Amino acid sequence: MTVEERPIRILIAKPGLDGHDRGAKVVARALRDAGMEVIYTGIRQTPRMIAEAALQEDVQVIGLSILSGAHLELFPRVLEELSARGVDDVLLFAGGIIPEVDVPAVKEMGFAAVFGPGTDTKDIIDFVKQHAPRRA
Amino acid sequence: MDVPAPVTDPAAIALVEGIVRGDRRALARALTHVEADSTVGRQVLAALYSRTGRAQTIGITGSAGTGKSTLAGALAREERRRGRSVGIIAVDPSSPFSHGAILGDRIRMQDLTADGGVFMRSMASRGNLGGLSESAGGAIDVLDAAGFDVVLVETVGAGQDEVEVANAAGTTVLVTTPAAGDEIQSMKAGLMEVAQIMVVNKSDLAGADSAVAQLRSLLAIAEHGAWEPPILKVTARAGEGVADLVDAIDRHQHHIRASEHAPEERRMLAERQVVALARAALHREALIAANANGALAALVDDVARRTRDPRSAAEALLRAIRSAWASGTRGPEERGPRP
Repeated sequence: MTVEERPIRILIAKPGLDGHDRGAKVVARALRDAGMEVIYTGIRQTPRMIAEAALQEDVQVIGLSILSGAHLELFPRVLEELSARGVDDVLLFAGGIIPEVDVPAVKEMGFAAVFGPGTDTKDIIDFVKQHAPRRA
Repeated sequence: MDVPAPVTDPAAIALVEGIVRGDRRALARALTHVEADSTVGRQVLAALYSRTGRAQTIGITGSAGTGKSTLAGALAREERRRGRSVGIIAVDPSSPFSHGAILGDRIRMQDLTADGGVFMRSMASRGNLGGLSESAGGAIDVLDAAGFDVVLVETVGAGQDEVEVANAAGTTVLVTTPAAGDEIQSMKAGLMEVAQIMVVNKSDLAGADSAVAQLRSLLAIAEHGAWEPPILKVTARAGEGVADLVDAIDRHQHHIRASEHAPEERRMLAERQVVALARAALHREALIAANANGALAALVDDVARRTRDPRSAAEALLRAIRSAWASGTRGPEERGPRP
């Protein structure tokens, strides 16, 4: 295995009170099938749990999925928890139900991309492969 | 080389200093390097090794679906109740096709995520040439050196690699269930013999007592030293029997540290680790040498065409490997970071 071929480690997490995680699981499986190591933590994660998982797992990429509409409240809190832990070198993207009107605000927070319903998983894979920061 | 090379890489020095200070981010990054077997990772391990040996190291292994993650979570909670800090390494298989993996063990340990006395790391087996036992063994050492009182390693006990990982731990717990009746009967002697504690998990299900009885009769014919492996009924989901399991682990840890056999058992563990690491490195180096001049491919073709038998092909391959090493191309002594 060469350095470049080392699998990308990525955290897929669901902040807030969403009751299901079908979309997040579809994305997790697609990323796995693209050769990545996907840490999946299940539903109902607090911002603190997400940041701790990202730190402990030393992931290169974090994908947050949210359906409830609380993204403008929860995303900034995840970012605060991450920066409180010094986790400042990860690629962030978002998915789920995020109204078009909120996308600029989400990107402004530091999310490099927002993938809504109907996104081809191949686009997510390409995005991650292209932008994931390198580690060891 | 008779002594480990001095630690010179500034990145490795910074990580080691961070770990000693209790910086969890340095710990996480060091584990990434160790898992990648990078130069930094090797230097970190060399620098930290003298700090290891304080933690209780516990391997948890067993077939898929026996509840290892749930048991690891329950164990961690009980250890926390007893005031001990806990490092956890959870190994899941990589897909043999894509080499990717979904690492979902945190789902069963969500409540532990925000506990500052717990550090949990997921690892994919990466299915490459004994790399698993190398990197998981290294991760155990890093968490031990970081000062965790208890280090748990959870692996799927399907293959040799997983057994070796379990071997790197001081106490290995083999997990089975009442539903695994036939499986217990056909359980390989080797798997029984690596375990110092047997757990029948999901003991609230029917058949738990008969699973215990089957294990007991198998154990009666297995070889064991001064330590006789206890068989415990546990229902990890409800936390039942977990305190007894921790007591049993404590007794075994005391046994390997304090008994008259302690030095000899420590030596056996050290020997297993060194041999396993050397075997993995040899395997890797040999395959590089075997592939270097196409020797392997040519011999495989011959065997597939039945123009040569597999045994003589294997002998010829060994000769090719030896001559590649003799000609000085990347012998085992001079390898750099894993390719």
